[in-house]
Amino acid sequence: MILDAKIPDGPIQDKWSNHKFRLKLVNPANKRKFNIIVVGTGLAGASAAASLAELGYNVQAFCFHDSPRRAHSIAAQGGINAAKNYQNDGDSVWRLFYDTVKGGDYRAREANVYRLAELSVNIIDQCVAQGVPFAREYGGLLENRSFGGAQVSRTFYARGQTGQQLLLGAYQAMLRQVELGRVTLFPFHEMLDLVVIDGAAKGIVTRNLITGEIRSHAAHAVLLATGGYGNVYYLSTNAKGSNATAIWRAYKRGAFFANPCFTQIHPTCIPVSGHYQSKLTLMSEGLRNDGRVWVPKQVGDKRPPDQIPEDERDYFLERKYPAFGNLVPRDVAARSIKEVCDEGRGVGPTGMAVYLDFADAIKRLGRHVIEERYGNLFEMYERITNENPYHTPMRIYPAVHYTMGGLWVDYNLMTTIPGLYALGECNFSDHGANRLGASALMQGLADGYFIIPYTIGDYLAGLGFEKVTTDHPAFRQAEQEVHERTKKFLAIPGKRSVDEIHRELGRVMWDYVGMARSAEGLRNAIDRIREIREEFWRNVRVLGRDDHLNESLEKAGRVADFLELAELIAVDALLRNESCGGHFRVEYQTPDGEALRDDEHYAYVAAWQYQGDDQPPQLHKEPLHFEYVKLSQRSYK
Amino acid sequence: MNLTLKIWRQPNAHTRGQLVTYSISGVSPDMSFLEMLDVLNQQLIHKGEEPVAFLSDCREGICGSCGLFINGRAHGPLSGTATCQLHMRAFKDGDTIVIEPWRAKGFPVIRDLVVDRSAFDRIIQAGGYISVNTGSAPDANAILIPKSAADAAFDAAACIGCGACVATCKNASAMLFVAAKVSHLAYLPQGQPERRRRVLNMVAAMDREGFGSCTLTGACEVECPKKISISHIVRLNREYLSAVVSDEAD
Ligand SMILES: Cc1cc2nc3c(=O)[nH]c(=O)nc-3n(C[C@H](O)[C@H](O)[C@H](O)COP(=O)(O)OP(=O)(O)OC[C@H]3O[C@@H](n4cnc5c(N)ncnc54)[C@H](O)[C@@H]3O)c2cc1C
Ligand code: SF4
Repeated sequence: MILDAKIPDGPIQDKWSNHKFRLKLVNPANKRKFNIIVVGTGLAGASAAASLAELGYNVQAFCFHDSPRRAHSIAAQGGINAAKNYQNDGDSVWRLFYDTVKGGDYRAREANVYRLAELSVNIIDQCVAQGVPFAREYGGLLENRSFGGAQVSRTFYARGQTGQQLLLGAYQAMLRQVELGRVTLFPFHEMLDLVVIDGAAKGIVTRNLITGEIRSHAAHAVLLATGGYGNVYYLSTNAKGSNATAIWRAYKRGAFFANPCFTQIHPTCIPVSGHYQSKLTLMSEGLRNDGRVWVPKQVGDKRPPDQIPEDERDYFLERKYPAFGNLVPRDVAARSIKEVCDEGRGVGPTGMAVYLDFADAIKRLGRHVIEERYGNLFEMYERITNENPYHTPMRIYPAVHYTMGGLWVDYNLMTTIPGLYALGECNFSDHGANRLGASALMQGLADGYFIIPYTIGDYLAGLGFEKVTTDHPAFRQAEQEVHERTKKFLAIPGKRSVDEIHRELGRVMWDYVGMARSAEGLRNAIDRIREIREEFWRNVRVLGRDDHLNESLEKAGRVADFLELAELIAVDALLRNESCGGHFRVEYQTPDGEALRDDEHYAYVAAWQYQGDDQPPQLHKEPLHFEYVKLSQRSYK
Repeated sequence: MNLTLKIWRQPNAHTRGQLVTYSISGVSPDMSFLEMLDVLNQQLIHKGEEPVAFLSDCREGICGSCGLFINGRAHGPLSGTATCQLHMRAFKDGDTIVIEPWRAKGFPVIRDLVVDRSAFDRIIQAGGYISVNTGSAPDANAILIPKSAADAAFDAAACIGCGACVATCKNASAMLFVAAKVSHLAYLPQGQPERRRRVLNMVAAMDREGFGSCTLTGACEVECPKKISISHIVRLNREYLSAVVSDEAD
């Protein structure tokens, strides 16, 4: 199978316009003859469902949450990028494109990234028109701030709750279509399998989480917008429910999985405090605009921060990266933090933390400005740690945050299964090996509002109006498999809870497939993952029944899939003999400890094809070409 | 810390529920309330008892999933705090804690501490949006919005839809929830064209869902984790009246 990314030809600035013109259209009167399933109602899914319904398609939207408004996108704090250049500080579509390709360490597709930058300006217009209350200047114009990896202020935000406001905008747009009868909502439904007929996606099988009913749904096309899989690490900044099941089932039905090992570790999270910890809390990157990161110069200096004089502090990011300072991209900051902690200069009870200090900013700007900018984050920090960041510096440490890997998609966002699309965090596209801050929201909304409405028409126009129904035996069979799997979890006479096993998996992932990876560690991890997986199927204990709300049963299904995906992540990391972005192999670094890429051998997208449970997956490579942003060693000095 | 928990257990909507007593030890004051329940659930699983069902997702006070009635108060003893942001340091060693689901006709119990809040979605569906199709928006800076209006809209838009306002209200009224959305959109220039119809439709939907009427007791404001102000209810009433008397309201 040849991977065809379907990148349009012509100059990069014109690719998307030309492509849109060439895509086939569906006559407005015919659109209502097509059914489209959207799985996931986060930013990507809700925006897609709303936009497709506006066009006239019949949409069925599914989520496992009790309400679509609770998708994980709601938690995004910092903001959303757009190349509006409202601040007149030298921003442009080209610069956003350039920053993103470079920030992704040259492992993203240029054409996609350019399109993303181009569409970014429309997203802000769209959201403002929906009533998203972005921050404003006194005169009424939109305000911006800067974010990691950029030297311009292009980030739009709504206090520290940007994701919430954007999601409510998309959710409301979608509910408007529910009222108009064009979207049917299925909350509390979890997709547990994909149905492929004659090689094309034709529907899904879901479990009603309240009644346990397993049911098929047919459609002309299926869109997955199911978010990221960072919870494979157990502890992450993701919401507890975020999981890989939908895309993993799709992978097993033939969709290729791309760059699974590219995981973003966010530098600024509240450090782990105890064994009971259920998740980690992000402190927005926006804080690094005003907060200064430091540790004591002396190893083992245990004095409280206010007793460490200025000249005994090491502001290591400012020292090492004078041009970007505290605003270096996430991978660079996270690694530097790990380094100083590994040297024994970490702070706090565990030594696994550095300070993020606002004293200077409070002196310079006054407490009220800091309060206005970050009040809710400071409050959140205080609630969790019982320390007041206005008086004593925050303690932060890196945590798993975002997965750049996901289902492989072409320029049209179609996976390797015709009729199956992947949008938002669950696809692999646009961020390369590292995602810049405030660009995930941008990508999710670009996919949903502005790309899929065009590209899906091209596929549907070629289908004919044949009705799709769940009569085909492929549906019965998929339902049967889902039933059996559910029963199997309940039948294992084990002793350990799903959470315990998940925690164990997470530990292995963090230790060996986390911020620094080595060939030896990865080989060890693969063995360990297999052992844990085996232990799971032998010794897990899932109580209760399958005909009522059963959260252990839900978790069991998700963790079973994580246990398989984890191995693929490690295998992918082991094969990529280079360091790039969020993937740092200790064997490959520059003399001063930066990531050392190998463009000659690894400038490709790794797309994995499932070959059966007892077969190793097959690797396909999509070579990446850089015509517009010259391949060069990333430097933020 | 050692605690006694009295937790509402109810297998499903059709079976009667009851409070069941559990004791739990080794609770750290740094745990969140939900982490304490996680620990309890692990213990229950080891004993072969089904864990207590409760919803949670972001655990950062923003998704609105969690919502427990704790010692007779929505989201527990602290004000302006969602259950997931409540930490065990708010309790004392030896305390007895009573944990119940939201109780309101509009929110039927699904299981244990989980209730069905889809009525809120249907209220939004009735008009809680601005009718704008994708791709037809003018430049975002073409319409100026004074900072004060944007801030006020944000204050209202911060509602997380958890339902504490309903749960705490003796009339089980959804007025604060509805008022928050109506206010959010009424503050903005984009929200004007549908202003009257929106408020009429949303209030009608609220009544249809079986929520009670508001007698301005102020309980909702006290328990709202996002400190949504009751002044929005006053605003909602004004908006509603002016819509009723206006002949443009169709
Ligand atoms: C704490 C935090 C802060 C962040 N801050 C920012 C920020 O400031 N700026 C930025 O750009 N990005 C940020 N990000 C990243 C960004 O929020 C996410 O990448 C993005 O919201 C993902 O959106 P999505 O639509 O792809 O998926 P999600 O919002 O995760 O939605 C997934 C949807 O899929 C559904 N679903 C999943 N699996 C199934 C299934 N099997 N069956 C049925 N439904 C299913 C869920 O119910 C949900 O509706 C942040 C991330 C985190 C964790
Ligand atoms: S008004 Fe407050 S308590 Fe009521 S639903 Fe909104 S956030 Fe929750």
